[in-house]
Amino acid sequence: MKKNFFIFVFLILIFSQKSFGYSSDPKQFITEIVNEAKKILVDTNTKEFKTIKLSEIALDTVDIKGVGYYSLGDYRKTLTDDEKKEYFILFEKYFLKSFTSRLTDYSDPKIEVISTEVLNSKYTIVKSKLLGTDKKPEVNIEWRVYTKNPDKPLIRDLIIEGLSLARTQKEEFASVIESNNGDISKLFSTLKEFVAK
Amino acid sequence: MLRKYIHILTIALFMQITAVNAGSTDNESLKNSGSETAADECFESASRVMFKINHGLDKAIFEPVAKGYRALPVPIRKGTGNAVDNLRSLLTLSNNVLQGEFERAGNNVARFAINSTVGILGIFDPATKLGFEDQGKEDFGQTLGKWGADSGCYFVLPILGPTTTRDVIGLVGNTFLDPVYHITHNSEVNAGIGNTNYSEHNYYYYRGTSAVDFRAKNIESFDSIEENSIDLYASLKSLYLQNRKQKIANSTSAVETQNDSDWEEIDSN
Repeated sequence: MKKNFFIFVFLILIFSQKSFGYSSDPKQFITEIVNEAKKILVDTNTKEFKTIKLSEIALDTVDIKGVGYYSLGDYRKTLTDDEKKEYFILFEKYFLKSFTSRLTDYSDPKIEVISTEVLNSKYTIVKSKLLGTDKKPEVNIEWRVYTKNPDKPLIRDLIIEGLSLARTQKEEFASVIESNNGDISKLFSTLKEFVAK
Repeated sequence: MLRKYIHILTIALFMQITAVNAGSTDNESLKNSGSETAADECFESASRVMFKINHGLDKAIFEPVAKGYRALPVPIRKGTGNAVDNLRSLLTLSNNVLQGEFERAGNNVARFAINSTVGILGIFDPATKLGFEDQGKEDFGQTLGKWGADSGCYFVLPILGPTTTRDVIGLVGNTFLDPVYHITHNSEVNAGIGNTNYSEHNYYYYRGTSAVDFRAKNIESFDSIEENSIDLYASLKSLYLQNRKQKIANSTSAVETQNDSDWEEIDSN
């Protein structure tokens, strides 16, 4: 009985660690993600390992569904339930591939988390700096953190030197759809091609 | 020289008129994704072709040159970057004044004076250590934006890449405002001085070096955008327009310059 109780407590601890492993304070939340990413992005790790681990972090800390909705712009209102289902499966694969591919080339990045700016009850911007090297200049990075559930903040956008990745993605998606006379299935096939390559 | 300016201005004005009338054309689709950073496309088909040509030139010439430049020792690259930035600060200074940014103008005067003398023709940057930090570049396109001019039509120029009607007019304006351009293009003065260091081609060396320095600093960023885009043309258009908006607002935060209302609608929980 006692043994079962310990196993039960242990399992609870593991699950609670998984769901609430990160701080609810946005600045601390980003600091923890950055520190975790730093450990993964060391030279000794293979690209495959980095991809898997970064994907795990993204699934835990990024509001992929929210970013997916945002990226569709007004077209999200025209999707049927089946299309939504298909889109979110595709978008998650696209997002993880794109996200990890952008980061795996970085080795031992040095990021300083500097300050926060609370925009409203739903959003806080965390400001950070990727320190420069001999080859690359210093880069300002802002993280748009969605705080609607204050216990579980989630990242919704990365703003690099004032350029929003989510906005760029939204305008890219709109361009694909509009270039095909509003046919959203063309966006789906383009995403499929991207995921498959 | 005056005739050359008139030709350029005529073309720029023609483009401005085309931008205004763009809505009435049948064969060019106007694209507006509902984002405030989107600009009307007046010649999208032509721009996409030009974009492909520029992309090919980048792969064949500019990227290899930038990679070669990056292979140079750090002090040489840093010194070169500092020197071209120092010359470029004169154009920034003119635009600081036109924008009424006198504090920034003062900062630029101090930077130029210190770096050109103590910093040995701008190769070193002692001004930053003395508290006169670089506050960013300005050009006449930004000044026009600050004065309230709309971006107008978005299109792609050969070699120079993405631009808007306002920024093309800005390019012409830059030649009036850039002292380096005038020193290197005033042949009568050059003849009087008898100094060939002030000849026209030195201006283009300086501009070319500046472009290579920029490209070399952003090799990975360009590669990453290219690798992760499903429509590279649209990505670069978005990034260009966002960047110009930031620069006109003299801000490094998207939150200060972009409308957040489209985020407010998204509720995924």
